[in-house]
Amino acid sequence: MPFLRKLLPKLSFASTLALALLLASCASEDGGLQSQKIDLIKGRGKLICGVDGKLPGFSFLGSDGAYSGLDVDVCKAVAASLLGDSAKVDYRDLNSSERFAALASGEVDLLSRNTTATLTRDAAGGNGLSFAPTTFYDGQGVMVAAGSGVKSLQDLAGKPICVESGTTTELNLADRMRELKATYTPLKFQTGDQTYAAYLQGRCLAVTSDRSQLAAKRTSFPDPSVHLLLDEVLSKEPLTPATTNADPVWSDAVRWSVYALMQAEELGITKANVAAKLAQAKANPNQADLRRFLGVEGDFGKTLGLPADFVVKAIAAVGNYGEIFDRNVGPGSKLKLDRGLNRQWSQGGLIYSPPFR
Amino acid sequence: MASDLGKSPPWWQNRRLVPWLVQGSVGLLLLVVIAFLLGNLVRNLSAAGLLLSWRWLGQPASFDIAETLLPFNASEPYWRGLLAGLVNTLRVVGLGFVGATLVGTLVGSASFSRNGLVKRLARIYVELIRNIPLLLQLVFWYFVVFLSLPNGAAAIQLPGIVLAKSGLFLPGFEAGFQWSGPTLVDGVWQAPLRFTPEFGALLTGLVVYTGAFIAEVVRGGIAAVPKGQWEAATSLGLGPLLSLRRIIIPQALRVIVPGLNTQYISLAKNSSLAVACGYTDLYSVAETSLNQTGRAIEVIVILLAAYLAIDLVISLVMNGLNRLVQIKER
Repeated sequence: MPFLRKLLPKLSFASTLALALLLASCASEDGGLQSQKIDLIKGRGKLICGVDGKLPGFSFLGSDGAYSGLDVDVCKAVAASLLGDSAKVDYRDLNSSERFAALASGEVDLLSRNTTATLTRDAAGGNGLSFAPTTFYDGQGVMVAAGSGVKSLQDLAGKPICVESGTTTELNLADRMRELKATYTPLKFQTGDQTYAAYLQGRCLAVTSDRSQLAAKRTSFPDPSVHLLLDEVLSKEPLTPATTNADPVWSDAVRWSVYALMQAEELGITKANVAAKLAQAKANPNQADLRRFLGVEGDFGKTLGLPADFVVKAIAAVGNYGEIFDRNVGPGSKLKLDRGLNRQWSQGGLIYSPPFR
Repeated sequence: MASDLGKSPPWWQNRRLVPWLVQGSVGLLLLVVIAFLLGNLVRNLSAAGLLLSWRWLGQPASFDIAETLLPFNASEPYWRGLLAGLVNTLRVVGLGFVGATLVGTLVGSASFSRNGLVKRLARIYVELIRNIPLLLQLVFWYFVVFLSLPNGAAAIQLPGIVLAKSGLFLPGFEAGFQWSGPTLVDGVWQAPLRFTPEFGALLTGLVVYTGAFIAEVVRGGIAAVPKGQWEAATSLGLGPLLSLRRIIIPQALRVIVPGLNTQYISLAKNSSLAVACGYTDLYSVAETSLNQTGRAIEVIVILLAAYLAIDLVISLVMNGLNRLVQIKER
């Protein structure tokens, strides 16, 4: 059958092509108007949240096996908003190199891991993230040993500096040192633990990161008092929770869950008084603003794909933004950071929620 | 019977057609799977607006690399950075081959020693090192050994050599061809030749780890030579070292070389664990590039191609060596 021998390769090629086209067309028929991500999380009954896990004040796995911190409270608030229970969160510890891949692949639903919002990370042609409101305005700092005699970045010329790889701080350091026309040795490590271990062992004269992170890590050093932060601030580091560009419905739900925490502080609604405020709003039809915000009237929740009472649930779980700040990194914590830029806009800070309308 | 001769057998007994059909359908299935995977990739990438692009390779990298043989700074493009990382990888892999071969040959031969202590020590070394994960060993070498060295004036000083926390300092020719040794300037050691503790820890870790495996390959090779060869050598009046070098090793090599190939390849691949001890190799640069550009697939493709190329070159060289040491049959 010589004709068959000739025909067979052609036949197999043609049928492959046909099959591939068929499969491709089947596969592209997914996606509707509903949010797949929200359906997925509801079906699973748990929010999977990517955190650092080793950074006191932001996300830290304590000796009692529970996570705590500002980043963790954002996860809890979102879980409370969507699922009505702040305990329904699975945390995943991610290092700076893993975080974007974990988010893009869908391994985590939400990245709440002291991540700086930048153009490249936001852009669809870059990391393709969708940033929620900034939860901590920070700047890059440098920590040195008290006795080292280093007063400014210039003094670090020609010296080894420890830095975590895959961070914005790595790039800012390169930029600043280039401006100063100073050579230096960047020692890069994959995890924060390694970076600070190398610094504590004396391999580097200085370690650089976000100022809040340096202050937080310092609290876990054997003797925190012998390390000091230089006054110089190298960059703007707005630390921001993020989702992927892929599901705008889900991104909006996260965005407004975070705004709700900020708006609650502005309106004076706290974890303690939220139940009373809700009762007050229910009783008083004239307080339209409060009634809308707490979901007594209107359909804010529904338009976001969230339950109507998502604001109440979030605040009842973790309190408003000010409470979260004070408890984790402010006066109520070991870090004792000043509110600084993280005050409400009405007090000269940058925390500003757009109107709930 | 005679009437059957003219008939052709049924098609399922056709010795030409059946293999064609079987191979054809397997090939078809394979093609469909590949087409599906590629289609899936392209579909998802275009949905995310991320079609493959290589233009970023020409953009300025804007990160620095601590130690490079190839000069590099933050204003140079990504491809230069990746190249500098590759050179760093080749540097540690190249020296690793030499070190691991020396260690492996010594320890492998030592397990045939008549001295019980030497023999036991060799066994203990092999069993201890083989059974601990390399990553742990690298962290140990870096944080426990190299970073615990004293610094400045307290550093370990031998004539012409200084071993300090900031690295290993060796004498060499400076500019103007003047021979000079390590000197202490403002509490910081300086020397013409310097190895950082990051490089030192990685190289030591790789040599010690791979050395243990090569020792086993060498031991296996020597054990494969019949006992009669030893006895024949002894009866010729050759001492243990001379009979090893002249009689046993040449015969053992044909068994050893294919095994060595595997160990060299795994050393090259294991060098990507450099990031555990802060050494900037190809993998480390690639990871930083991936983070800064978000071009995951392109960077992974470059990594795959680079390590594949390194390993294929090693195999090529080792196969050539293998042909040299094979028993020549004429």
